[in-house]
Amino acid sequence: MALSSRHLLRLQGTPKEDINQILDAAISFKEILNRPIKKVPTLQGKTIVNLFFENSTRTRTSFELAERRLSADVLSFAASTSSVTKGETLKDTARNIESMKIDMVVIRHNAAGSADFLSKVINANIINAGDGQHEHPTQGLLDMFTLREKFGKLDGLHVCIVGDVLHSRVARSNIFGLQTMGAKVSVCGPATLIPRGIENLGVDVYHHIDDILPKVDALNVLRIQLEREAGGYFPSLREFHRYFGVTKERLDKVGKPISILHPGPINRDVELSADVADGPHSLILEQVLNGVAVRMAILYLLGASE
Amino acid sequence: MTEKILLQSGRLMDPSTNRDEIIDILIADGKIESIKANIVPSKEWKIIDLKNKIVAPGFIDIHVHLREPGYEHKETIETGTLSAAYGGFTAVCCMPNTNPAIDDESIVTFIKTQGKKAHEGIVDVFPIASVSKSREGKTLAPIAELVHAGAVGLSDDGAPVFDAKIMRRALEYASMYNVPVMQHCEIPELAHGGVMNEGQVSTELGLPGIPGVAEEIMIARDLILAEYTNSRYHVCHMSTALAVDLVRQGKKKGIKVTCEVTPHHFAVTEEIVRSYDTNTKMNPPLRTQKDVDAIKLGLQDGTIDVIATDHAPHSLDEKEVDYIQAPFGIVGLETAIGLSISELVDTKCLTMKQLIEKFSTNPRKIIGKQIRVAEGEPANLTFFDPSVEWTVDIKQFKSKSKNSPFQGRHLKGKAVGIYNNGKLMQY
Repeated sequence: MALSSRHLLRLQGTPKEDINQILDAAISFKEILNRPIKKVPTLQGKTIVNLFFENSTRTRTSFELAERRLSADVLSFAASTSSVTKGETLKDTARNIESMKIDMVVIRHNAAGSADFLSKVINANIINAGDGQHEHPTQGLLDMFTLREKFGKLDGLHVCIVGDVLHSRVARSNIFGLQTMGAKVSVCGPATLIPRGIENLGVDVYHHIDDILPKVDALNVLRIQLEREAGGYFPSLREFHRYFGVTKERLDKVGKPISILHPGPINRDVELSADVADGPHSLILEQVLNGVAVRMAILYLLGASE
Repeated sequence: MTEKILLQSGRLMDPSTNRDEIIDILIADGKIESIKANIVPSKEWKIIDLKNKIVAPGFIDIHVHLREPGYEHKETIETGTLSAAYGGFTAVCCMPNTNPAIDDESIVTFIKTQGKKAHEGIVDVFPIASVSKSREGKTLAPIAELVHAGAVGLSDDGAPVFDAKIMRRALEYASMYNVPVMQHCEIPELAHGGVMNEGQVSTELGLPGIPGVAEEIMIARDLILAEYTNSRYHVCHMSTALAVDLVRQGKKKGIKVTCEVTPHHFAVTEEIVRSYDTNTKMNPPLRTQKDVDAIKLGLQDGTIDVIATDHAPHSLDEKEVDYIQAPFGIVGLETAIGLSISELVDTKCLTMKQLIEKFSTNPRKIIGKQIRVAEGEPANLTFFDPSVEWTVDIKQFKSKSKNSPFQGRHLKGKAVGIYNNGKLMQY
């Protein structure tokens, strides 16, 4: 069975069947990753370009690994090494790629809507690897895969996203994806970092982390960009840590285990204390391994959609 | 030899003379010679059949960007006035965010000269000069000189006059010459970085928002200043429900405030931004259905005086970038009548007479360029077909730029010609 779309641009509106298909396929790919020989010939002869207009070591490495393990021909380029810095528009870049007969494009860009834009101007399958503050659907899927693996299901789970929700594409993809799968999503952060109207999406908003902890099964703790302090969104990182930081002391008070996710890279002892990041309920390293398996599943299913 | 044109069987509607009747109009050498039923045509006259068409006092758009001097790749006075003519306008007021800005009498003169050269001067070009030097909001532009050179209003449009002291002085100074200060209402610190209306849709799309309060707070401040200085204040491109209400309250208090709204702010909402089409990006941004409803009510009860397009041409290359980088603005001259008839008259929000007031009588009063359709007066007329149905095709636009979100939209009502300064244009 194929996915309902030939691109993965967003989780908002992505049907439950598609998400289930990707998560199910990822189980088999994770199994492959645990074999001594981790390569399969699935995408032999396909060419994939990783277009990273924004710095990203983790996501790019994860995609490259997934692509190579599926035997695709891989070309990666980062903004600093491309003509983008010379003022070439996204459209020109895209058309050049198109002329090279590429099968799939993975794009990371600092502008919301850039993956949508690309899908309208070129014929390749497009995978959104993060577009501005809009969505990061592969991260959302790997978070869901990790939660499903841990809890056996997503339906009925309660997940709280903590921190800078305003600027977070990870938050948006998690909200849309988890809701589609029947989970409850809440957000917790300073009022200055909660986007307006988010409650209309069926999300409960909290500003006191101790109020939400007893209600949830898992926390997805977002990275605080250090420049938000200078941007005046909160008075200091110290105060942020004190009132919104996820610490062992806070979690111990709840009296039940709460799983911890984080999209990385972690600012230790800012949004997450080190003992929690490395603690028994942390799923953070599992997320990294799952990221490769989930991306293999997405590439495989989109590649098969032709 | 005298050139005579007979406009036959049109429905003459002029709110300033309270006229509404099917009648013939004879024009001789640019002037209206007679308005009578069944004028017997002579063989030497040019006869124009205007059956089922409306003849109105020439429409004016008091908010357009002609881009000349400085940005001629987007639009020129030549292409912009042709776009205006095809949209049914016999006059436009051009905003001063040119390069250099319209902050010197030589630039006012240049624009007027170019306007007179374009298409034999059929479209009057009335410059709006900047409030401050280089539109920087720091020191007053030479307002008296600018007005005497022909500027009909003052604005730093594209940017607000953000400094309250400069705004106060501009209002006081402009009141000596009876010209309005036309404010682009925005608190820069609140709007900064935003690209669309702030709310649920911007949250879903991950695009930085411009909150309605950025506009409303500026209007509130300025209304207080306008009252304090007893000066004329005009709100450009109003976009929110509270903004309409603030102006309504201001008018009730007797403050000399007028305001305009663009067709896109009553024809579409922020929902169309979901396409990430950069032709949905303008400032102020498209708002919510609640705001659209309030704007329609404001048009109906007379709070909103004017429909103006904020015609803002940008080249294809400039708009074919990501949403955040794309410049604000859309073209509007050639879709204004169609959108207004479809969204306002057809829906019984406005009568045709009220629509003509908002396109001609009211805006002309604001800039002091009133006209009347009466015997002995210069003929300055817009002809339009109120019931023709058509589909917007940006390729047909006379504007140099095609940045419109209305491509493919089905509209009712279209201009069929204009007459002004002794020149006729039919299309």
